[in-house]
Formats: sequence, C-alpha cells, structure tokens
Amino acid sequence: MSKPKHTHDISCKQLLASIGDYIEGDISPEVCQEIERHIAGCEHCRVVVDTLNKTITLYHASAQDSEVPATVRGRLFQVLKLDDLLEKKS
Amino acid sequence: MINQAESPLSLEALRAGDRTEFARLVDIYYTPIYRLALKMLANEQDAEDVLQTTFLKAIQNIHEFEGRSSLSTWLYRIAANEALMLLRRKRPQVSIDQEAEEPDDSLPMPEQFTDWCCLPEQEFATLEAKKQLDQAIQKLPEKLRVVFLLRDIEGLSIKETSEALNLTETAVKTRLLRARLALREQLSIYFSERILPEP
Repeated sequence: MSKPKHTHDISCKQLLASIGDYIEGDISPEVCQEIERHIAGCEHCRVVVDTLNKTITLYHASAQDSEVPATVRGRLFQVLKLDDLLEKKS
Repeated sequence: MINQAESPLSLEALRAGDRTEFARLVDIYYTPIYRLALKMLANEQDAEDVLQTTFLKAIQNIHEFEGRSSLSTWLYRIAANEALMLLRRKRPQVSIDQEAEEPDDSLPMPEQFTDWCCLPEQEFATLEAKKQLDQAIQKLPEKLRVVFLLRDIEGLSIKETSEALNLTETAVKTRLLRARLALREQLSIYFSERILPEP
C-alpha cells in the first residue's frame, strides 16, 4: 500500500503549533478534541504525535540510567573542602 | 529527577555556613547537576569542571539566594550558565551563528513519517540506541538543548525552566517544541532503519 501524500495544509500546521500544549496536557477540551479529530483522519500527523510522545518517553527513561563515578564525587568534596564529611554512598 | 532524601535542607543552616548541611546539599544535587553538564557539554572533564564551579559558587553566594525559586532551580541556573559560558568560550563562532538563526517562533515541518513506535522494546534499550539518543541531543543548538535537558531530562516544570534560564514561559515552550521535533526527526531516521521489511 502506498503511503498517502502528505501536504502541509493549514490544519497540519495548526496541529504542529498546538502539539506542544497537547502533549503537556495544557490545552482546552475543545482544542484537544479538534486535534484528535485531525489525527484520526491524518496518518502522517498521527505518526508525528505518536513518535514525538515516544521520543519524550525514551529520553525520560534515559535520565534514570545516569550514574556519576565515585571519583567525581570524591574530588567534588575535596574541592569544596568538605572531604572530612565524605561518607561512602551505599 | 532529584532524589531529596530524609529531612528537607535548612536554608538557615546553609546561610550560617553549616558544613554538614552543605555536604547534604552536595549529595542531593551533584548527580543531576553533573548529568546536566555532561549532556550539555559531552565531555567528562568539562562536566566535572562545571559541577565543581556550580557548588563553589553556590557556597560563595548562598547568602544571595532569596528563595524566590527553589534551591534546585537556583543550582540548575548556575550550572546552565556555567555550561553555556564554557561552550561559548570554546566555540564562540557557534553561539554567534545560532543567535542569527531562524527566529524562535518558526517551527520546522516534520519530514519523517515512519511509525517506529511498534519496534520491540529491546530495540530502544541497546547501547547503540542510547548512543543515538545522546548524539541527537548534541546536534541541537545550545539554546534548545539546555531547555530540553532541564524540562525533559531533569523534569523541571515549564515555570521552573523559565526561572532557571531567565526566559519567558512562552519562549521555553517554543524552544522545547523545536527541540523535541528535531530529536524526533533524528530518532525517526535511526529507528526507521530497524523496522524489518514485511516478508
């Protein structure tokens, strides 16, 4: 099946301008309904919204992976002259 | 994404120079501050420099902290400024070019329309995928990158992000959307290639 040709009509542009507030949930119920009606009939905008949400979810998850090397913490306490208070982290 | 353990920090104790309270402050905030700096700068030594400078400045200037924003927002503000200054010292021509870039209110139209959400979850958890996420952040202009990191990695609200960067909430929202759309484009290119053709 060939993909529908995506032309950026005014509705798609309007959706793009509102997509940030839509994702943040910072939008009136009326505008939210309008956006969802548009997405239901526009495959490309549906993909943009879904992959944008997925992009944000992936980055949120990536923040949980961060670990700072213990040596960085040790040097930080040293520079701040707090090394006598440096306790081992569990 | 700050893990504030145990009892809340005492601003009075910090202002009075209580070293034990400073040690608690450092332990609560050093991970998010280092993460912000590392993702801004993509260089471990530079990130450590920003981390150390941020807390040195915090200790020196704690008496100036008026409590209009939260302590974490204040620390993020110091760290973001330090990281941006370091970037501009290292690559002054980049920031000048970016200032002259397209105006804040223009949004790039999407170009990638493959739905890669259907990929198996393990595709998103590979080391290569994580590297792609980090590389995509580095391709963002600095002024978009810092907004994205504070809002979507560090979990600040729009208001807190605007306070940390001294921007209006409207400017934060616009930059955030531009950053998210740019990252979506880049991730779409990478993950689209992982979709196996139907037999």
